[in-house]
Amino acid sequence: MKIDWAALGSVFGVSLVVTVALVGLFTLGIVGLSKRERATAQGGSAALAVSGAYACFALCAAAVGYGIYLIVA
Amino acid sequence: MEHITLLLGIVIVTALVFDFTNGFHDTANAMATTISTGALRPKTAVAMSAVLNLVGAFLSVEVAKTISGGIINEEGIRTEVIFAALVGAILWNLLTWLLGLPSSSSHALFGGLIGAAVMSAGWSSVNGSTVVTKVLIPAVAAPLVAGLAAALATRLTYRIGSRADDKATAPGYRAGQIASAGLVSLAHGTNDAQKTMGIITLALVTGGVLAPGSNPPVWVIASAGIAIALGTYLGGWRIIRTMGKGLTDLAPPQGFAAQTSAATVILASSHLGFSLSTTQSCSGAVMGAGLGRKGGVVRWSTATRMFVAWGLTLPAAGLVGAGAELLTKQGTWGVILTGALLVVGSAVIWGLSRRQPVTHDNVNDVGEVDGGSDAGLDAVPADAVTAAITDDLKATIPAQPGASPEPAKTASV
Repeated sequence: MKIDWAALGSVFGVSLVVTVALVGLFTLGIVGLSKRERATAQGGSAALAVSGAYACFALCAAAVGYGIYLIVA
Repeated sequence: MEHITLLLGIVIVTALVFDFTNGFHDTANAMATTISTGALRPKTAVAMSAVLNLVGAFLSVEVAKTISGGIINEEGIRTEVIFAALVGAILWNLLTWLLGLPSSSSHALFGGLIGAAVMSAGWSSVNGSTVVTKVLIPAVAAPLVAGLAAALATRLTYRIGSRADDKATAPGYRAGQIASAGLVSLAHGTNDAQKTMGIITLALVTGGVLAPGSNPPVWVIASAGIAIALGTYLGGWRIIRTMGKGLTDLAPPQGFAAQTSAATVILASSHLGFSLSTTQSCSGAVMGAGLGRKGGVVRWSTATRMFVAWGLTLPAAGLVGAGAELLTKQGTWGVILTGALLVVGSAVIWGLSRRQPVTHDNVNDVGEVDGGSDAGLDAVPADAVTAAITDDLKATIPAQPGASPEPAKTASV
């Protein structure tokens, strides 16, 4: 019996890293956007936080696109 | 299509029925957390999942060349064996649905195949080490990987998000969760509808309708996709309730973390050469997300029942598959009798489910029942279920000795 420990190990590692990275990015995006609401409520702007947030969302969207590519390919 | 015999017709219909049960059994994987956190309304969620399953079925052209991935020796496999395996898998899927327990449809199919193959050609037809590497190890690894990833992600998202207002962030989390759930649905349609296409194609080849090695005809692809989508749309509400509400309580950030972990694990595993079961990954992710939140709990009684169901999937579906194969061996009347028993068994299970139906209206109402962990089980008295199981088994297995034309000489040895 040959168990492919290397494949299992890489599934473990990749899943952990990708999940945590994606969830972290997305949360940063959400927090960034919520800063804008607070800022506009106080009459200011939070341009840096907002553009950072959109960058995070773009990365997440790219990950989803790559996921679809993996399914189709 | 002019050469399709009665047996072949029965196998095709049964394969589509299995595809259908696969659909409604696995709706929970993609949509349970989406429904329980309120990201989508129940009907919308299952409709979206159904459409994505249908799309997924048409997406990939690479159809499964083998139905068991080397677990049994498929060379010269008889059509009856496939039929018997499907009977075992369908009945197990229905029974676990009745109990509201998420369990792997692929494992049910493997179990049915093993049982039917052993009954047909003996133990040598089963590749024991492949069972370990393709079923047992993934069954342990999947919930661990997905659970750990979801727990860490949950912890992280609560840490980063703690400065923001819950109400402001919830819509964002829900949107993210819908995207992850969509990926899971799409992947499910691609993988599992193809399994059915593989079965039907194999049956057509065995029956001499198609040349060996040919691609599935368009009607096979379309019917498999439609069957899985219909099943998904019908929604296995009992399983959705267990997964979304029964195992743990999920807030939007947890639902997002769980669904993202499940999607990642499913995609990573199928593309790094170590396939993990979708159902087990999703259940693990839900539990991990439950544990990852400070003060979060997992209802271990429900989880334990689910683990037991996972352990029983292979032997139980195998037993029914073996019984069904013993019947189909007897000839045409055996095949017809098995088909009739399948219909009766399914009807009994459906009838039991009507006693306390779970629908899109009450899928999220667990709160009023104390210890709502019993979501599915409460619905049916345990003894009624055991009676139903033994009925099924009695109907399929002990019917043989009398019916069998061979003298019972083994008894005297």
